[in-house]
Amino acid sequence: MLTKLEYKHASKVSAYISDTALMIGRSSRHILRNTDQLLGAFFQPIMFLVLFVSVFGGAIEQSLPEGVSYVNFLMAGIIVQTVAFGSTTTAIALTNDLQKGIIDRFRSLPMSNMAVLNGHVISDIFRNSISTTVMILAGLVIGFRPEADFYGWLGIIGLLLLITLAFSWLSAIIGVLAKSVEAVQWLTFVIIFPLTFASSAFTPTDGMGTVLRVFAENQPITQMVEAVRALILGQPLGDYGWLAVMWCLVLIAISIPITYVLYKRKTTE
Amino acid sequence: MSTKNTAISVKNLKKSFGENEVLKGVSFDVPQGTMLALLGPNGAGKTTTVKILSTLLKANGGSARIEGHDVSTDPDKVRGVIGLTGQSAAVDELLTGRENLIMMGQLYRLTKKSAVARAEELLIEFDLTEAANRPTKTYSGGMRRRLDLAVSLIATPPIIFLDEPTTGLDPRSRLVMWDIIQRLMDNGTTILLTTQYLEEADQLADKIILINNGIVAAEGTAAELKQKIGKDHFIVTFASKKHYDSARTALKGKITQTNDDELQIHIPIKGTGKDIQAVLKTLDSEKIPISSTDIHKPTLDDVFLNITRKEK
Ligand SMILES: Nc1ncnc2c1ncn2[C@@H]1O[C@H](COP(=O)(O)OP(=O)(O)O)[C@@H](O)[C@H]1O
Ligand SMILES: [Mg+2]
Repeated sequence: MLTKLEYKHASKVSAYISDTALMIGRSSRHILRNTDQLLGAFFQPIMFLVLFVSVFGGAIEQSLPEGVSYVNFLMAGIIVQTVAFGSTTTAIALTNDLQKGIIDRFRSLPMSNMAVLNGHVISDIFRNSISTTVMILAGLVIGFRPEADFYGWLGIIGLLLLITLAFSWLSAIIGVLAKSVEAVQWLTFVIIFPLTFASSAFTPTDGMGTVLRVFAENQPITQMVEAVRALILGQPLGDYGWLAVMWCLVLIAISIPITYVLYKRKTTE
Repeated sequence: MSTKNTAISVKNLKKSFGENEVLKGVSFDVPQGTMLALLGPNGAGKTTTVKILSTLLKANGGSARIEGHDVSTDPDKVRGVIGLTGQSAAVDELLTGRENLIMMGQLYRLTKKSAVARAEELLIEFDLTEAANRPTKTYSGGMRRRLDLAVSLIATPPIIFLDEPTTGLDPRSRLVMWDIIQRLMDNGTTILLTTQYLEEADQLADKIILINNGIVAAEGTAAELKQKIGKDHFIVTFASKKHYDSARTALKGKITQTNDDELQIHIPIKGTGKDIQAVLKTLDSEKIPISSTDIHKPTLDDVFLNITRKEK
């Protein structure tokens, strides 16, 4: 051996941070190199956007407030839905890791194993930023005209970061529990699809039946969508702002410990 | 009690999965700088043992110390001194070979600079420079194994666990792997290797432990184990039943085993020359013609089959 090896003598906290940074680097590379998935991140949201605007635009526009176009209304909904679907990458990546020997390798290293979870969750932000940017650009092409000012945009970015973290940590629970990547795919689909449809993401809730409407108006996705929508349209946030933030924080606060415990149990027999 | 020269010390290790008692009290020591081969049929508990020693599994009973650190109470210390090459190659498939090495090096707490330099060194040593910038999912089985081993060596740990490092490799890749393992031993690394190939244990290990039915069924050097099974045998085959029978009469008392179908007699011999000469002399003076002769040296396979058969 030629090299004299030098070790970092880091405190527990800084070791945890540097392990997490390494794992974010790893997961981000995964996102960039998984070309099929990346293409999906580009085209799926665009497809949704164009389909919704062209198919439902005419019908729904009539029930919108004066002067609000459907594409302006829809944008918030479709961004939140995309972020929700985007966060399933965490579940898929985790299930993948757990099925392969790589987790055993990580566990035999003197590293913090929770860093693996953090890496997947935080790198979702990276992926979701790509998707969201692409979608906003596509929206601009087909007539999206946001009214948000500079602070409005800051609010949108901050809120989307929180929403991403909330969905990704929830997704991590599924990732630890699921037995296969296929299971993750249908599981997240049957959870996210109905939840986003039974919300104000794509249509105003006024036209829904009573039961559905009460559910839709009070579930977290609606609060998130309405908050993002108000910011995009430059309208007052009302209660939606703090409700959305609270929902995100609650979901994060619940799902992080659950994920940690499940992960720990799964990886120590 | 950990003596300074014992790298791995295992005492009465027990592990069950539900009703399935996999380890029923396994004990062994591995002195620093030596190689122990853990031999056993499929499902004997080799991987289970390695996983317990590398802190991936918790034992139900007994104790294990690595360089004096207890695996159950001090797992972090243990992880700092071991490298593990598991049964399935544990490298990141989407990262390149070089990225894998550097990342793992940093996770071992090497500085970035050290990790990069050490990665280059290992890529050269393991003949992976050409493939260094390709994602490892494009690697062949042999390359992946080599990278996997390189990854476990990134921080030059004094103790290495190799769980069936050559299973599924073609003969050439196996030889390359053996060569690498031999070099590791020359550098003074303590190695615990599991294998199903007796030849591998015979070639590489200082000491062999045979696990069967959850206990240590036999242990010793390859030579000692072979000795337990018996000496070398001189085997003489005859062309006809008549000659075979006359030979049995002539050599009565010396023969330990006969084979009526093959018309063969087995005579234990010490060394080679004298005993064989005596046998041939007797047969010659009795005018008994020989069809062919053979010398059988006991192999580890004999030991293996003998012990696993007896236990069943
Ligand atoms: N996680 C587990 N859960 C239940 N049984 C297991 C588990 N891991 C191993 N076993 C069982 O323990 C036994 C020993 O397995 P293993 O240590 O992998 O054997 P070897 O590596 O010698 O082939 C087998 O019967 C196997 O089915
Ligand atoms: Mg095994």
